[in-house]
Amino acid sequence: MYTQSFNVPDGAGKTVPLAPSTEDPALQAAFDARIDADGRIEPQDWMPEAYRKTLVRQISQHAHSEIVGMLPEGNWISRAPSLKRKAILIAKVQDEGGHGLYLYSAAETLGTSRDQMLEGLHSGRAKYSSIFNYPTLTWADVGVIGWLVDGAAIMNQVPLCRCSYGPYARAMVRVCKEESFHQRQGYEALLVMMQGTAEQREMVQDAVNRWWWKCLAMFGPPDADSPNSAQGMRWGIKRVSNDELRQKFVDATVPQARVLGVTLPDPDLKWNEERQHYDYGQIDWNEFWETVNGNGPCNKERLATRVKAHNEGQWVRDAALAYAEKQKARSIKEAA
Amino acid sequence: MTTALKEWPLWEIFVRSKQGLEHKHCGSLHAADAAQALEMARDVYTRRQEGVSIWVVESKAITASNPDEKGPLFDPAADKIYRHPTFYEIPEEVGHM
Repeated sequence: MYTQSFNVPDGAGKTVPLAPSTEDPALQAAFDARIDADGRIEPQDWMPEAYRKTLVRQISQHAHSEIVGMLPEGNWISRAPSLKRKAILIAKVQDEGGHGLYLYSAAETLGTSRDQMLEGLHSGRAKYSSIFNYPTLTWADVGVIGWLVDGAAIMNQVPLCRCSYGPYARAMVRVCKEESFHQRQGYEALLVMMQGTAEQREMVQDAVNRWWWKCLAMFGPPDADSPNSAQGMRWGIKRVSNDELRQKFVDATVPQARVLGVTLPDPDLKWNEERQHYDYGQIDWNEFWETVNGNGPCNKERLATRVKAHNEGQWVRDAALAYAEKQKARSIKEAA
Repeated sequence: MTTALKEWPLWEIFVRSKQGLEHKHCGSLHAADAAQALEMARDVYTRRQEGVSIWVVESKAITASNPDEKGPLFDPAADKIYRHPTFYEIPEEVGHM
């Protein structure tokens, strides 16, 4: 479900300049021609090293986001208010795990390994969507994550279905098909709360207040400050700019908030007749970068939980492999 | 614990969406052996009744054509339009053929 539409460098800095191309000009020309013709690149095709690296980084960050994204919601499985909501939440969290697997597989076609990617995540070197470094304080947060966080993710992900790299595009088609349920279940859970007590309605409004700006930041820095975006567009990896996606999200969400009966916490949010879009206020990018760079409220907790789960599962992975090897040895012996 | 930290091998997954249709490639996953690959494919690729049958094939068992040979392999078919029914003109009064 989750991606930051931009590609955060995994290192500490904000941007990495792309190295000048030292690739074979004939191969490069054939690659460019295919991109220009809106063709697809498949794993065995020649591709520039920078294209490969960018994709590995973006797809693995996307996969990590799905996996870490299971944690804030997973916290609520045991506390969901009814058996129905519990079953829905389990299904959603399971989907996120599945989405992570589709994406890891897509990244592996580029020559990286699952272990390498997991090592990047667990060592803290690789990034994941910073939206998961905020806490889910009440049940309303779970609804808001579905409505707004998944809603923002869908905006980001639909254009990725037309990404120039075939395996990534195909994984995104599958993800997007499953995603719509995530947003709708969240919105519906909030609708139910809004028909409840004054306290429940306040809970929803409070959750919207805390998540709104963070969701707007999910689309990444303004176009003017995203130097890597242009290259992503040139390569057909990115199809729609950060600001354009953010605007689409705002325009789609305002009427949904009205139906739900909540206000969006932005005094500058208003319809602009001339632009035929909603204007909105300033996003706090300092806070965003602080979180991306590891200083958000839950960065440490999320990573620690993830590493613990992985380490505690090691014996299962080892046992499965040992069992498979034993079975294989036995069948060879029987055949002899 | 001698083989710890070894990755599970990669498997390609093919799913038949309904009886009467072919199995279609839908993705890949890591699993220790074929039986486990089947179980995991069930969970990863058929959570919404997308399938009635699954095949798993270890990825390393697949031999693929080389993209560099795309020309020699597939171009020869391009100029053989007489292999298509539309190449032949049949008088209208013959009707559907």
